[in-house]
Amino acid sequence: MSDLALPMAGAATGRRRRAAGEAAEQMAAWVLAGPAFVLIWIMLLGPTVAVFVLSFTDWTFGMPEIAWAGLANYREMAADEVFWKTLRNTLAYVAFVVPLSVFLGLGAAILIEAGTSLRGFYRAAFFLPVVSTLLAMALVFQFAFHPTVGAINLTLAFLGLPTTDWLKNPDTALFALGVIGIWQAIGLSMVLFVAGLKAIPRDLYEAAAVDGADGAFERFRRVTWPMLGPATLFVVTITAIRAFQVFDTVQVLTDGGPNKSTNVLLFQMYQEGFSFLRSAYAAALTVVFLGFVLLVTVIQVKLQERHTHYG
Amino acid sequence: MRTRSLAASGLGFEIFRHAVLGLGAVLMLAPFVIMVSVSLKSSGEIFSPEFSLLPKQWHAWQNYADAFTKQPLARYILNGFIVTGAIFTCQLLTALPCAYALAKLRWRGKETMFLLVLLGLLIPPQVTAIPLYILLWQLGLLNSYAAVILPSTISVFGIFLLRQFFLTVPDDLINAARLDGLGEFAIVWRIMMPTAMPAVVAFGVLSLVWNWNEFFWPLIVIQSEHLATPPLGVVYFANAEAGTNYGPLMAAATAITAPLVIAFLAAQRWFIDGVTMTAVK
Repeated sequence: MSDLALPMAGAATGRRRRAAGEAAEQMAAWVLAGPAFVLIWIMLLGPTVAVFVLSFTDWTFGMPEIAWAGLANYREMAADEVFWKTLRNTLAYVAFVVPLSVFLGLGAAILIEAGTSLRGFYRAAFFLPVVSTLLAMALVFQFAFHPTVGAINLTLAFLGLPTTDWLKNPDTALFALGVIGIWQAIGLSMVLFVAGLKAIPRDLYEAAAVDGADGAFERFRRVTWPMLGPATLFVVTITAIRAFQVFDTVQVLTDGGPNKSTNVLLFQMYQEGFSFLRSAYAAALTVVFLGFVLLVTVIQVKLQERHTHYG
Repeated sequence: MRTRSLAASGLGFEIFRHAVLGLGAVLMLAPFVIMVSVSLKSSGEIFSPEFSLLPKQWHAWQNYADAFTKQPLARYILNGFIVTGAIFTCQLLTALPCAYALAKLRWRGKETMFLLVLLGLLIPPQVTAIPLYILLWQLGLLNSYAAVILPSTISVFGIFLLRQFFLTVPDDLINAARLDGLGEFAIVWRIMMPTAMPAVVAFGVLSLVWNWNEFFWPLIVIQSEHLATPPLGVVYFANAEAGTNYGPLMAAATAITAPLVIAFLAAQRWFIDGVTMTAVK
């Protein structure tokens, strides 16, 4: 009897001890994750919910009263020509910056990895703009875009090409800002593509060579490009989200002008919210901005799913 | 059987490669070169129609002296270190334990917590600006270091990055530490943090770069000159000099860009690893 009882008692205390251990693990986990949990709600998710709610009110900063306004802000937005111009500007900026910075980053990554000499130098040179203070560099670009003494017009004039006051001309200002955006985005896209290239197994190239895929272009078409699919998708998403966030250069170089030609979503949100103090309307603009960023993410996730089905 | 070189080879290709990449590198570095070059020249030379890399007459001393005396540039740079240092400390203190709990502990609420982290990753920082501004206004904290630091005390990106790293740490290491009598807190700081040093450093440099260069949020919450972060300080400078005095302005731009560029060149590998780590989702 006692022979039988002892192991049973042992198992019971073991179970109890394990239960106590699990309870302790639960406690520990909550204590460890608790501060992050609270801060995520206060600093990120709570404010996001708040901005959404605020966009349906009529509140202006500092007013004692707040009232439900339904869709009034969104209706005002839809009827506002400036908003539509802002939206067109933002999309034009994204459409200009994303393909060029992805394509140039890809080209740089492939060329850097195709040889062995000076790899580190090129990687550093292309990546340096990513870590530099965009705001300080924007002022350098302002000087470079200077109509008479700027390096850009001096070079163009030397080559016999047309020149203009790039930042003051409504037809060119947005693209001048786009050039700065591309300059800053190439390095990030290059580094992500280098990581993607390194992840391609070398035997795939050998297999392609056995199949008779000779020449750099054939190898690129049959192996490199298909294998870079996920990396490309990621780079396009990151670059697009960052392009939607363009603000620094607009605020410092053009102030949305000339003639609203560089007014972009975030800049308008900043003006409405923090210059004119129209908090509710600015919140509605924020919701539109967030909508675009989420749309880009959703498209990425959908395309990635399709990719893994094929893979 | 002949072994083929996988990299494209041949002298012709090497020349092509260096020609294209060299031109690219020149274009990427040109703004930095222009910045430093202009910061060395007198205004007469800056506005002369021919451009030369080095000044005919050195004006560097006057420009840099102006940059540091006409505006409290040293103060801006000090503010940059205070703000970025405080932010990263807070981010690490909250992210490390949370990442450990998400990667290595079994608890109810784990899935929810991870979902919140992923949701947080989807939200660009500018989205929260208006409510956080209102919150800080009600707390009377606008125009203070706290206003710049508080919203960045949490980094969902850091939690995510560290969690990914912790998943690769073997459980045996943690169990051994428990058998040695270490509590969960001690495990986080004495076992996990040293193990995760590569991820912590990568996270640190990315956090530093991001917060040093951040312009949108400080522009909104800071009004006083003595609290300005480096990018904001340069804007004050540009406004005060009305955009004509390029020499001292470029000297100021050089001075606030230099700490990051030097840090980047010294710790290049960390930066690039940090960025690529985020790509491996």
